[in-house]
Amino acid sequence: MGEIKLMKGNEALSEALIRAGCDGYFGYPITPQSEVIEYLSREANARTGMVVLQAESEVASINMVYGAAGTGRRVCTTSSSPGISLMQEGISYIASAELPCLVVNIVRGGPGLGTIQPSQADYFQATKGGGHGDYHMIVLAPYNVQEMVDHVKLGFELGEKYRTPVMILGDGALGQMMEKVELFEQMPRKTEFPDWATTGKKEGIHRSIITSLFIQPEVMEQVNLRLQAKYREIEKNEVLYQTINCEDADYIFTGFGLGSRIAMKAMEMAREKGHKVGLIRPITVYPFPYDIYKEFAGKVKGILDIEMNAGQMVEDVRLAVEGKTQVEFYGRMGGMIAGPDEVYEYFEEKFLGGK
Amino acid sequence: MSTIPNFIEIPVNPEIAQKEFEVYSKPSTLTDKPFHYCPGCGHSTVHKLLMEVVEEMGIQGDIVGVAPVGCSVFAYDYLDIDMQQAAHGRALAVATGIRRMLPDKLVFTYQGDGDLAAIGTAETLHAANRGENILTIFINNAVYGMTSGQMAPTTLEKMVTTTSPFGRDVSTQGYPLKISELLAMLPGVTYVTRQSVHTTANVRKTKKALRKAIELQQEGKGFCLVEVVSNCPSNWKMTPLQSQQFIQEKMIPFYPLGDIKTPEGK
Ligand SMILES: Cc1ncc(C[n+]2csc(CCOP(=O)(O)OP(=O)(O)O)c2C)c(N)n1
Ligand code: SF4
Repeated sequence: MGEIKLMKGNEALSEALIRAGCDGYFGYPITPQSEVIEYLSREANARTGMVVLQAESEVASINMVYGAAGTGRRVCTTSSSPGISLMQEGISYIASAELPCLVVNIVRGGPGLGTIQPSQADYFQATKGGGHGDYHMIVLAPYNVQEMVDHVKLGFELGEKYRTPVMILGDGALGQMMEKVELFEQMPRKTEFPDWATTGKKEGIHRSIITSLFIQPEVMEQVNLRLQAKYREIEKNEVLYQTINCEDADYIFTGFGLGSRIAMKAMEMAREKGHKVGLIRPITVYPFPYDIYKEFAGKVKGILDIEMNAGQMVEDVRLAVEGKTQVEFYGRMGGMIAGPDEVYEYFEEKFLGGK
Repeated sequence: MSTIPNFIEIPVNPEIAQKEFEVYSKPSTLTDKPFHYCPGCGHSTVHKLLMEVVEEMGIQGDIVGVAPVGCSVFAYDYLDIDMQQAAHGRALAVATGIRRMLPDKLVFTYQGDGDLAAIGTAETLHAANRGENILTIFINNAVYGMTSGQMAPTTLEKMVTTTSPFGRDVSTQGYPLKISELLAMLPGVTYVTRQSVHTTANVRKTKKALRKAIELQQEGKGFCLVEVVSNCPSNWKMTPLQSQQFIQEKMIPFYPLGDIKTPEGK
């Protein structure tokens, strides 16, 4: 059993970065995740030699990540919504150049400068591309502080397996809340690097070039086909989700991250009142677990999706169930968090005729 | 990683291509791929000079380059070393990432004026101000070459470009930016020099400056900038010779050549 600690989400994530043998972190402060760069600045270099650099902007951070990832090292940046928007061009380059890296978005309410309160309104940006061109990141959606830790390790592993950027899509509540976590053991930093890394041309070995420029359309099409084939592999192999109480369920509540926590409480309330409600919680939101929704679509009377946005993941739920069951959405926006009681009331109104 | 196709195959006449007839050679550190640059363009000359220095210093395996967005975006096709291609303006952020991960390697960026001094000004200034141990080779041709001749931050006053068709009007379009002088003020910056490749003598001086800058990099002396006042015959709508005259008569009076800052205390 690993070390158990009571930690704030952002600090637990930072500790996990150090323990995962991360080689470099490049970031720019923004609420509600500035604790990450503060924690790392304090702890990381002395413990593992990890490089921690405060960049001049998120544009610079993500391009530092590009350069550092191109050397085959484990690298990460973290930010919150407006900063992640600034990174989109860089993320598109990283996806095209096929560089592994970890990008963490501790989402706050938008649009615009918005609010520093938690939100889930960056789901579309995270899962459908975000920047220009046809690409995806693997997107992990933690729902508690433990997963903020576990997803760091998983994220690095998946990124390196597929040579792709991975995002942890958290939110301001997860970043700020304190919970008990079990930390994994310190992992050594890598000493061997992939042969595609730009570490200086080696005698007798083809030199390494990191680029996303393929000016001939015939070549660019091949690059796109290769990327798409990779995404199909990811969709086949890496879908993660959790189901609770689904075996006998008449209704399913669903949500990712923070939304799923509220859905869980609302489900408990419904169960106490004798309604058979289950829960599906996507852990990867890209690849999205379409099949599990499909499986239950014919069996249940309805699905209620809860998100802290105007209804984003619900589009994927609807795609999955193909109209076979009633899908309703309950959300709050702008940094407001729904209470389980209001979710339960909405469930009664929509599915039980307002009983 | 990409396999870059060779699009131009030039047939070689074996009767002529013999060592005894050689009057001019390319360094082994350049690939065999023919340059795509327009005839007479300074980019070609600077590529060759840089790679001559790399060959002479025996550092082909110790150096990692960053190509910009601009006419030299394909620099990695020609420079036979490990390279990364950066987003427009972000070369120095990319180079910072590389260098921080590879503290024992030499890292350089190769950038045009739009890349370095317009869209990438923040990355340029802050990398320099952090004193990153990086060499920046800055090709100042006073226009956006790649996008076919729009005004650049370095475009001279009254100079005609496609976006200053009546000549650059400094009252509405701002003044030509002497970014090298600006960067030379920063304590993290060790060596700033402005050279050109429009005459043989200047070509030699540029090569010397590049060598000096790389030696300073080897000593870990911080940020170095070699500006090369260059030409863009295609977008200046001039022959290569006319463009060299323009450099002499118009560019150099505003962008004077020579060292701006040296570790010896200039
Ligand atoms: C984000 C972004 N904006 C604009 C462009 C278009 N663009 C490509 S090269 C270039 C200007 C390059 O000029 P310069 O840096 O002076 O280099 P040169 O081509 O003259 O060598 C521009 C504006 C781009 N590729 N990316
Ligand atoms: S457009 Fe100008 S800068 Fe670009 S290759 Fe041609 S001459 Fe050189």
